[in-house]
Parts: sequence; structure tokens; C-alpha cells
Amino acid sequence: MIHILLSRWRQGHRTMAYPKTLPALPDRFRGRPEFRPSACPGGCKACADACPTSAIVIGPNGPGIDLGKCLFCPDCTEACPEAAIRFTGDHRLAVGDRADLLLEPGSQLKRAEAMGKELMRVLGRSLKLRVVSAGGCNGCEVDVNVLGTLAWDLGRFGIQFVASPRHADGMVLCGPVTTNMALAVRKTYDAIPAPKIVIAVGACAIAGGPYLHQEEQLGGAVAAGIPVDLFIPGCPPHPLTILDGLLRLLGRIQGD
Amino acid sequence: MNDALFAPMRNGQALPLAQVPDLTLAEFRASVIQGVRSGKRLACLCADQELNLYAVLASDSEGLLWAGRTRLAQPSYPALTPECAQAHLFERELAEQFGIRPEGHPWFKPVRFHPSWVPGRDAWGRTGPIDPGVLDFYQVKGEEVHEVAVGPVHAGVIEPGHFRFQCHGETVFHLEIALGFQHRGVERALVGGPHPLSLKHAETVAGDSTIAHGWAYCRALEALAGVTVPARTDRVRGVALELERAANHTGDLGAMAGDVGFLPTSSFCGRIRGDWLNMTAELCGSRLGRDLLRPGGLRMDLDSSRARLLADRLVRAWADTRDAVELLWGAASVLNRFEAAGEVDPIQAREIGLVGVPARACGLDLDVRRDHGFGPYAAHPVAISLAESGNIHSRAWVRWLELGESQSFLRSALESLTWSEPDPRPGPLPPLAADSFCVSMVEGWRGEVFHLAITGADGRFSRYKIVDPSFHNWFGLALALRGQLVSDFPLCNKSFNLSYCGHDL
Repeated sequence: MIHILLSRWRQGHRTMAYPKTLPALPDRFRGRPEFRPSACPGGCKACADACPTSAIVIGPNGPGIDLGKCLFCPDCTEACPEAAIRFTGDHRLAVGDRADLLLEPGSQLKRAEAMGKELMRVLGRSLKLRVVSAGGCNGCEVDVNVLGTLAWDLGRFGIQFVASPRHADGMVLCGPVTTNMALAVRKTYDAIPAPKIVIAVGACAIAGGPYLHQEEQLGGAVAAGIPVDLFIPGCPPHPLTILDGLLRLLGRIQGD
Repeated sequence: MNDALFAPMRNGQALPLAQVPDLTLAEFRASVIQGVRSGKRLACLCADQELNLYAVLASDSEGLLWAGRTRLAQPSYPALTPECAQAHLFERELAEQFGIRPEGHPWFKPVRFHPSWVPGRDAWGRTGPIDPGVLDFYQVKGEEVHEVAVGPVHAGVIEPGHFRFQCHGETVFHLEIALGFQHRGVERALVGGPHPLSLKHAETVAGDSTIAHGWAYCRALEALAGVTVPARTDRVRGVALELERAANHTGDLGAMAGDVGFLPTSSFCGRIRGDWLNMTAELCGSRLGRDLLRPGGLRMDLDSSRARLLADRLVRAWADTRDAVELLWGAASVLNRFEAAGEVDPIQAREIGLVGVPARACGLDLDVRRDHGFGPYAAHPVAISLAESGNIHSRAWVRWLELGESQSFLRSALESLTWSEPDPRPGPLPPLAADSFCVSMVEGWRGEVFHLAITGADGRFSRYKIVDPSFHNWFGLALALRGQLVSDFPLCNKSFNLSYCGHDL
């Protein structure tokens, strides 16, 4: 017993103060991409050609990007001859509408807003979520799981992961929804009592991720017929990105 | 000796396909069966569209791999499994992928529940839609026997899979595991590659083993392109692999503590695992090691100041880890649960071809880092961590010993990286050798990660086979449950912590 108490003393209190203060992210962290279309040479589409998921499309005003398809890999930044693209350290990426993930040149990311008044009344102070993994690589699950550890302590925001859809207010979906998981995802969704919300975590659950071309999957939650209330991009998203999204949905973080 | 018909090769070596002996079916079968009887392991058995069968036997004590192939005249052949249990899941897999029937297979069921790659040729004659997890489960009958079905969706934040227990009261007679729910077509996607997404597909075979699979893929390409990476690059890759091992072993020990209700270690380790993952993020921006590797080198180097920073963080992470994990070995309530359950018999472990932590927990002395040396492990050798009892305690203990070894490796590798300069960025890889056969293995934190790349006349993959250690080890979990209490399943499962997506591909 004395050893346990001594360890407890040595390990100390390590729950981060977020959202009061922001924990330091590594300098190589790749958050929201930013373009400088003025630097783009005319007719250049090196970034679009390099993007393995065709997330970048060159429009009349320069390159635009679909953050839902983006894997946040450095293929585009390495291909760009003019350093016109960079990944910023901005981890706040979650949006409420799929269309908001399409960033046109010069447009600002419209981040997720708090859910409607009635949903806030029912779920705002206690949000129980059922996590369903449907064909990804387990990477998103790793970063969702970590929110339950003492360092993040998700419980202090009234959010908890539960073991049954019957106990849940919503579903967190990871993975592109494989053909083999389509029925289980549907049954889980149907088993959650209304009102309910769905959170799509990661590139797979939004648009199929690295598997977008594979016939073995459906291309994410929306394509599988599941309505989504919160889209959290990344491959996988950083835990801070996921938490930021959840807190925006609950109105605990607003604006920039 | 029949297995001498196979050709010897090394881990990370590319052979012209013509040098992989094309044997008669009888010679091929005898070579595999004799080879395994004489102590080799069946690291891989697979097929392709053209009805070729390929086998790679690992001879761990001599550090050699033995490869051979045969061309079937028709889509069926006498199964190897009745004489070689290690072929069991491989034969089910190749039947499902190419509609080839291993006749006389004693456990002939689908693996991942997908249609055959060859339209119109299905090993089970199925034509309609395939229902995942629906199969003829082994059943025990009797008045007091009951069946417990769990999954595909589980109670935690965990991947899907279906478990079917045959129980008598609390006692498990038999557990059958049906997977395939995570099947997203990784191997099929790699055919015709390398594609722009191929490295991503390798990195996401199992997201928690990004470096292990990513490295195996990169080494296969480097061997096929005839490129040798500088020693410093290998050292940085080794740092990433050992950080991955340390993070996952720490997380596993914490999760096992949680399953026996020992909260101090469980709580501390949950957090400390994050500290290890954040060190990987310091290296490449991603906690899972995404985009660190590229065929031919690295996308981001570990310069000396960053190495110094990591060396400092290593000291703190290791002190915290040791403090948290050592509590386990002094807690009678933990040891009691760990020692009482989940035993795998070492003879059975060898027979079914277990790899990685569960194998070493049974005293099987194998580790790719030593036996089939790659990367920096000649310059920075690691001691192989073994235990004897094959139970949950042994699997926890092996993880603990390996954590210590990873820590010493990291200390010495980071130290040497602080006084060397980064390599110049590698140029694009030359074209891959045509008509070649290359095996690349890495010891990931779960065990042997095996990649086999076969190129066609155009220098592109005609077949790319991946064997995650989980593919060998899921059957070990089923064996570990025999005669145990069904309530010990979560703990037992955690002590293996196998990958669903790595198995399902």
C-alpha cells in the first residue's frame, strides 16, 4: 500500500487544464492546411497531382482542398515548387456540415457550432457516446480512447463512452464502413434512442480515407446512410482535435 | 531432406522469381511438411490469380528463409493442414481469395467473408451475398452446455469481431473466433502498385503498428530497387519502432491492470502511453508515426537537437513507466489473477506457429530483430525477452522486459544520433526489379510483421502478401481459453491484444 501511495505522490496530478490553456503541440504537427494562391505559378497543379486522395482541386482562384478527404500527409507540401501550401499548427478542424470541409481559396473554415436548443437541453450536460469501429486501422480508436485517460479526463465535460447503444445519446463512428460492418452500424444507430447525434471521426468515416477507392467499403458514414452531426477530419485526428469538436458541439468552445 | 528443394534467402533480399524453385505439387507439399517437422516455421503460404502457391519457411536458428512455389493444374489440391497445423488459416485464406480448394481441410470455413478475387470461382460455391460472421460454428451439445455469442460490436472502444464460446457453466470448452468485419481490401489495393496510396495502405494495415508495417513495406521496395539506406536512417527507423513498442507495451500493461481492477497502474499507464506517443509526434508530427518513413529513407530526419530533446523525454517517460509498472509485481491481487489464467502449452504454441510476445511468453526463443536481423539491430542489439509459463503473467512479464530493452536501445540510439549529421534527402527510388520475389520482415510490438512482394514483367506488384502477427496468434487466444472461465476472457484477450484490422486487411 505504501508503494502505491508513494507512486501516487511521484506521478502527481497530470490532467491537462484544457480548454483553459492549450497544451503544446509538436512543431511538426500538421493541422489545418493553408494556401497562398498568389504564389501559385499559372497552370501549376503539382499539389493536386501529388495528393493521393484527390483532396486538392485547382479552381479558377487557385487550389481548394476537401479536408474530409485530406490525410494530412506532406505529399502536397513536398510537391509544391513555391511553398504555397503549408500545414499550420491549428488543430481546430471539426465542422457541422460536410460542405464546410471544402475549403475554397481565401475562405475561412466554418467550425462546428453548438447543437440546437432542444438537443442542448437533453444532452448538453450529460452526453453518453457509443463508439463503433467500422473498418479503419484502429488509429482513430487509439486517439478516441486516449480521451478517457487521466491526462484528458473526458468525464469532467460530462462526456462518457458507454457499452451499449441503449445507454447512448449518440454514436462515434470510425472507419469507412466496410461492407461487412454495414448492418452492424445500421443496427447500432437504430438502437440508440432519439434524439441522437452521430460524430464521424477521421478521414475514413468522412469519405473513405485511404480506402476511398476500395469496393470493400461504402465511403464513410454519410454514404452508408447515417446522418452525421459532427465531422472531425484527420488521419487520425489528434485527440485535441476530437475534444475540440466535442466541446464545440456542446457549446463549451465557440468561435476562434 | 525434402525441404532442401526450397531456395534459401535472407530477410530483405530480392530474388529473381526464376530462382524461387518451381516444384511439383508433391515436392512442394513434402518440402513444407518436412520443413515444419524439422523445426522451421511456416511464415507464409499464399496463392495468386494464376494458381501459383508460394510458401516461405523461416529457419530462425540459422537466420534464413526458404522459399518455394508450385503451379496448380486445377483450383484444388490436397490440403497441408492435416499434416501441418500452421497452414490452417493460410489455406482458408487462399481458398477465399482465389477459389482454390484445399481438399481434406479439417476446418474449411471463410476467413474474412468477401467474394473471391476470381469471378465465378468460389471455394464454397457461393453465388449470393456473403453474410459476415455467419458460419458453421463448432458446437458442443449436451443438456447443460450453453453457447455465448459476443460481437461484432464490443462493449468498449475496440474493433469488431465475433466470439462464440461453448460453455459448461463458467468453464469454456471451446472458443471460435470469426473475424473479417474490418476487411477493407488492403492486399487487393496493392496489386498493380506501388500506387500513390500504397505506403498509406501499409501504414494503415494496423494503425498502432504504423512503423512496423510501413518499415516492412519500405524495405521491400528498397530491396526490389537495389537501394541500401544509410545506417543513420536505419537508426532513426529503429527509434520510431521502439517508441511504438514502448507506447503499446505500456498501454497493454495498464489495460491488463485495469482488467483486474488494479487502478494505480491502469491510470498511470494510460497517461504514460500518451507520453510515448507524443515522443513519436515530436519526431514526425503524428502520434502514430504517420509519414515518417518513405521508401529509400525518411520524410523527416531526426537532427541532433531533436535527438537530444527526445533523449531527455525518454529519461522522464521511462522513470514514470517503471514507477507505474513495478507496482504490478508487488500486488498479490494482480499476480493471483495473472498467474491463474490463459495458459498456452509451449508444444501447441510451436505447433500452431505462434509469434511475438505470446510465443516468447511460452519460452519460444524467436525475435526477427535477432534471428533475421534488419536495420540498426546489429549495431544496437536487443536481448530477447522470454518467460516460461505461457500464461497471462508471462505475457505481461515479457512486455515488461521488452520495455526495458526498448528503453536501452532508445538511449544508445538517440545518443549516437546526437553526434551525427542527418543524411541528405533521398532521391526518388529507381524502378523496381521485374519478375522478382522479396520478403521483408520486421519485429513489430505484437510480433513478426511479414511482407512478401512479387513483381511482374512491368516491375509492379503482381501480388503483395501481408501477414500481421495477429494472423498467427488469434488461434493461440482460442487455445488459451480452453478450460478457463469465460469471465477471464477480457483479461486473456487483453494479454494477447491482437489486431482485428491487421488480420482482416
